[in-house]
Amino acid sequence: MTWTWFHRLGSPPYIYRLAGRLTPWFGWIAAILLLGALFDGLVIAPPDYQQGDGFRIMYVHVPAAWLSLMIYTWMAVAAAVGLIWRIKVAHAVAAACAPIGASFTAVALATGMLFGKPMWGTYWVWDPRLTSELLLLFLYLGYMGLRASFDDLQRADRASAVLAIVGVVNVPIVKYSVVWWNSLHQGSSLSLTGKDTIATPMLIPLLVSMLGFTLYFAAILLLRLRGEILRRERSANWIREALSS
Amino acid sequence: MTHFLHMGGYAAFVWPSYGLTLLAVVLNIVWARSLLARSRMEARRRLAIQGERQ
Amino acid sequence: MTAEVTPPLTAARLVVARDLMLAFRRPEQLVHPLAFFVLVTTLFPLSISPELAQLRAIAPGVLWVAALLAALMALDFLFRDDAQDGTLEQYALSGQSLTWLLLGKTGAHWLLTGVPLALMAPVMGYTLGVPVAASAGIMATVALGSLALSFIGSIGAALTLGVRRGGVLLAILILPLAVPILIFGSRATELALRGEAYAPPMELLGAIVVLSFTLAPLAAAAAVRISLE
Repeated sequence: MTWTWFHRLGSPPYIYRLAGRLTPWFGWIAAILLLGALFDGLVIAPPDYQQGDGFRIMYVHVPAAWLSLMIYTWMAVAAAVGLIWRIKVAHAVAAACAPIGASFTAVALATGMLFGKPMWGTYWVWDPRLTSELLLLFLYLGYMGLRASFDDLQRADRASAVLAIVGVVNVPIVKYSVVWWNSLHQGSSLSLTGKDTIATPMLIPLLVSMLGFTLYFAAILLLRLRGEILRRERSANWIREALSS
Repeated sequence: MTHFLHMGGYAAFVWPSYGLTLLAVVLNIVWARSLLARSRMEARRRLAIQGERQ
Repeated sequence: MTAEVTPPLTAARLVVARDLMLAFRRPEQLVHPLAFFVLVTTLFPLSISPELAQLRAIAPGVLWVAALLAALMALDFLFRDDAQDGTLEQYALSGQSLTWLLLGKTGAHWLLTGVPLALMAPVMGYTLGVPVAASAGIMATVALGSLALSFIGSIGAALTLGVRRGGVLLAILILPLAVPILIFGSRATELALRGEAYAPPMELLGAIVVLSFTLAPLAAAAAVRISLE
């Protein structure tokens, strides 16, 4: 029973149709959550004791940074699955992830700079977290550049998969850089297990925002995935049907 | 209302941040849809060529 | 009759010997990265300031950036000749572990490029106002760092094998991964320069080296197979 489901996950027409059906759900729920978080974060949440209204940048900066790491991880996992088991759909997932991850890494860096200037007095500092996040952006861009340099899509898939896997070492470095080194960037305020160090009325919009952005990512991923799947299917009959719907 | 726009003095930092994020959100949607449209077009063309060959 | 299979370590050693022999037949290839290193290092006193005190302050960074760029240049000929004449394909088809063969190739490459760089570094350091007493430390740090660079670089070189203008792409791919080496290497060099104990960053560099020479040949082998398809 479970194996049939697993096999279906590797079937391009199944995923294509499933993605098409799921996208509007993820998309609209994300929209509602994000609008809610926007209102809550900008209007309802009280200003911070130390950082005033400036802390509201956190409501976009933290989710963007979270996305930048999560997306790379998904990309690397999908790439590994595609490389090891030679599953085209997995490669399509990896390819779909990259531009989304790259753009949100850029957003994380930019919003981080806009947060840093009023709070620490500087737009940039070469501390471990900021530096490794910048490296993450370069990894994304290198991945996309490597893909683009191949004419053969299959070769592009497999070569970039190796790069994605090798680069995944950077993800724990970004995550734990504030733990391992003395960093200007603040430590985690969120914890899966321990007590959160942030007040509840300020925490709620953050959590809603992160959930909203995650669902948004899922929606965009599924949208891109359909395009990537089509590019990898040569003469399959299912395409005829799928295109006419 | 002005207090909202003013953001306690941090307006110059808060609003561009939200603006950039919105930009990224919108661009990704546009980009994804354009990819899908292009792929569909290319797939149609491929099928048409194959149809001619047969 | 059963054929005897050469054990992987012996095969790796044979590859090292072959590469070293071939390189000595064409020594000009080895001079280029070294000359590039010297040139880049010379640019800094010319463009910033000839004052030794100022140069000494930036010397570790300058030496490492120049070494990194020279290493990137040198990676160009790691696989190029063997890919062109089909030897790389033979390696892949030989039934030997491609990982071990590439371990040998990359090791040989380091002996031919990294070691000369390490020997040259104190000389260029001297022109940047670095005290002669620091020479051993500089040689050690550059030698270790360039070893890690060769291995990490081999992954990039393998990935960009068939790509036109692969050199630029190689640099873009390798640089994010090379940054930790740059950071720790130049910190170690800085401490060595000042005559202080440089063991801690060296240990981290050593850890990176161990990680890279165990894992990089695996990734490079996968990348070579993909490029040869």
